[in-house]
Amino acid sequence: MSASATVTVSYREAIREAIRESMLADQRVFLMGEDVGAYGGCFGVSKGLLEEFGPERIRDAPLSESAFVGAGIGAAMGGMRPIVEVMTINFCLLALDQIIDNAATITHMSGGQFQIPLVIRMTTGAGRQVAAQHSHSLEGWLAHIPGLKLLAPATLADARGMLAPALADPNPVLIFEHGSLYNVEGELPADAGAVDIERAAIRRAGGDVTIVAYGGTLTTALAAADELAAGGIEAEVIDLRVLRPLDDAAVIESVTRTHRAVIVDEGWRSGSLAAEVSARIMEQAFYELDSPVARVCSAEVPMPYPRHLEQAALPQASTVVAEVQRMAGASG
Amino acid sequence: MSGERPPEREHGLHLLLQMLRVRRFEERCVELYSAAKIRGFMHLCIGEEAVAVGVMEALQPEDAVVATYREHGHALVRGVSAAAVMAEMYGKLEGCSRGRGGSMHLFDAATRFCGGNAIVGGGLPLAVGLALADKLQGHKRVTACFFGDGAVAEGEFHESMNLAALWRLPVLFCCENNLYAMGTRIERYESETNLALKAASYEIPAWSVDGMDVLAVEDAARKAAAEVRAGGAPCFLELRTYRFRAHSMYDPDLYRPKEEIERWKQHDPISALTAQLREGGVLRDGDIEELERSVAEEIDAAIGFAEAGTLEPVEDLERFVYSEGPAA
Repeated sequence: MSASATVTVSYREAIREAIRESMLADQRVFLMGEDVGAYGGCFGVSKGLLEEFGPERIRDAPLSESAFVGAGIGAAMGGMRPIVEVMTINFCLLALDQIIDNAATITHMSGGQFQIPLVIRMTTGAGRQVAAQHSHSLEGWLAHIPGLKLLAPATLADARGMLAPALADPNPVLIFEHGSLYNVEGELPADAGAVDIERAAIRRAGGDVTIVAYGGTLTTALAAADELAAGGIEAEVIDLRVLRPLDDAAVIESVTRTHRAVIVDEGWRSGSLAAEVSARIMEQAFYELDSPVARVCSAEVPMPYPRHLEQAALPQASTVVAEVQRMAGASG
Repeated sequence: MSGERPPEREHGLHLLLQMLRVRRFEERCVELYSAAKIRGFMHLCIGEEAVAVGVMEALQPEDAVVATYREHGHALVRGVSAAAVMAEMYGKLEGCSRGRGGSMHLFDAATRFCGGNAIVGGGLPLAVGLALADKLQGHKRVTACFFGDGAVAEGEFHESMNLAALWRLPVLFCCENNLYAMGTRIERYESETNLALKAASYEIPAWSVDGMDVLAVEDAARKAAAEVRAGGAPCFLELRTYRFRAHSMYDPDLYRPKEEIERWKQHDPISALTAQLREGGVLRDGDIEELERSVAEEIDAAIGFAEAGTLEPVEDLERFVYSEGPAA
């Protein structure tokens, strides 16, 4: 196969292929969660895997988020490499005790004696008119917790390549898949594989302003950058990729060149990841800034059902553009 | 199940020694707490020693143990050294969790002691997962999971019972029913106080056992552990016991009558076994003194070890938040 050969895949298929590959490579890997087997995954990610790997390794779990997430932690302590699928981030609230009090603490509380090599995948985000209880973006909350690592694949390459290094990591790794991305299709090298899970990435180079995004908001940031380019402003778009530990250096390096930053975050503004990134820019690059850091976040309201209100609540490219223009105007 | 047969001398003395180790260790912990050598929360199992001692008799070295925040006894009997446990209580580097866990979070990988867990019910899903790992890897191991009666009211109890039964996982659930969830008596928080019945409703074989009788506990645990090991499916023991001391060092113990405590003290598992051994004619003059002497020696040495221990350098504060080793 030539190195330049590519295949057309969806985000969903890229994750499925990553799971397949990990399961073929390591007998200790298994997938566990609600409807991952016979149903094929709520979002179709694991379709066909039950037939290929059987019910021992593709385990349909009861609606017991705390028990099966905790069982994933215990199985990881016991020598396995579980991939636990929590159907959506909304339901991880039912397993927070296990995630925060066990997965994140046991290595430390045991003085390093026990490792928790566990991957928890979950769908996140809004935009599908499923109202307040099914539209959460709580990555920022979970990013608060020492002991966890958090990944947000926003591209096909990351969807395909983040799982293997996450499974190889001796720590609990949470992977957030934005619901709006599953149907995104594109080209990937046929031999696409593992990617790094430490660094943020520059998705678009530019010298006038830094737009920081992750997961579902990368699309928003790139759309805003295109619009700004038409008006002569070149935005640099940084995809955080890793939400904990944050790659400060990449953000600071960019801001040091552009002197302006806008953070686009689907979480609520108060106590958000955007707040954290903003604080770090302030701490590390205050004198580089030509303008206060701006944030475009979700409106502070439980996500409403009707489309016009939901869109009004979510970060929009037009808002990002307006923020950048305001900033450019204000600082001349 | 009952433990009415008289034990062999050697075995009887072994059980007595184990219970005395736990009792005297915790009595010294109280003194050390008063002397501010031990801080934080501390929960004593005085009165409940027969539970940990009896159940551990049924376990093999390759088995795993998941315990609660009232776990000094479980750790000691499982084989974590008194020195390492005491150093942990002191917050010293030489403690079984490098001092980072304290009284409620004793860990020891060597004996597969997978932690004291201080969230009620929080250890049950972990035990289910440890058993799942054993099943998937083809190990004929048992995971013993200890929890109190209070945990039965938690969702995690019911989720874990269902999952373990559904997937036929080798967990030995050991419910230490001391009648109180902290200060609330069981009749005031459970609509059904027959706890074995709850496990049975998940198709898990379940027995209620006199948890003040170490021989009865051992007997029941051996049968249940054998069934778990052979069948690869869970069993449940309700061990009816009582704590003679308050819930924790902060608890003024005002919610239960003194007469109730005195009544239960008549069933002290250590006195009961001592009497049984004496009546069976296997206890000789000087045996008790000899056991007490060896226990005191062990605990003195443990305290000496803890006193001489070192404090982890503050520069190492953020170590072990993430694993330092390569993935196992």
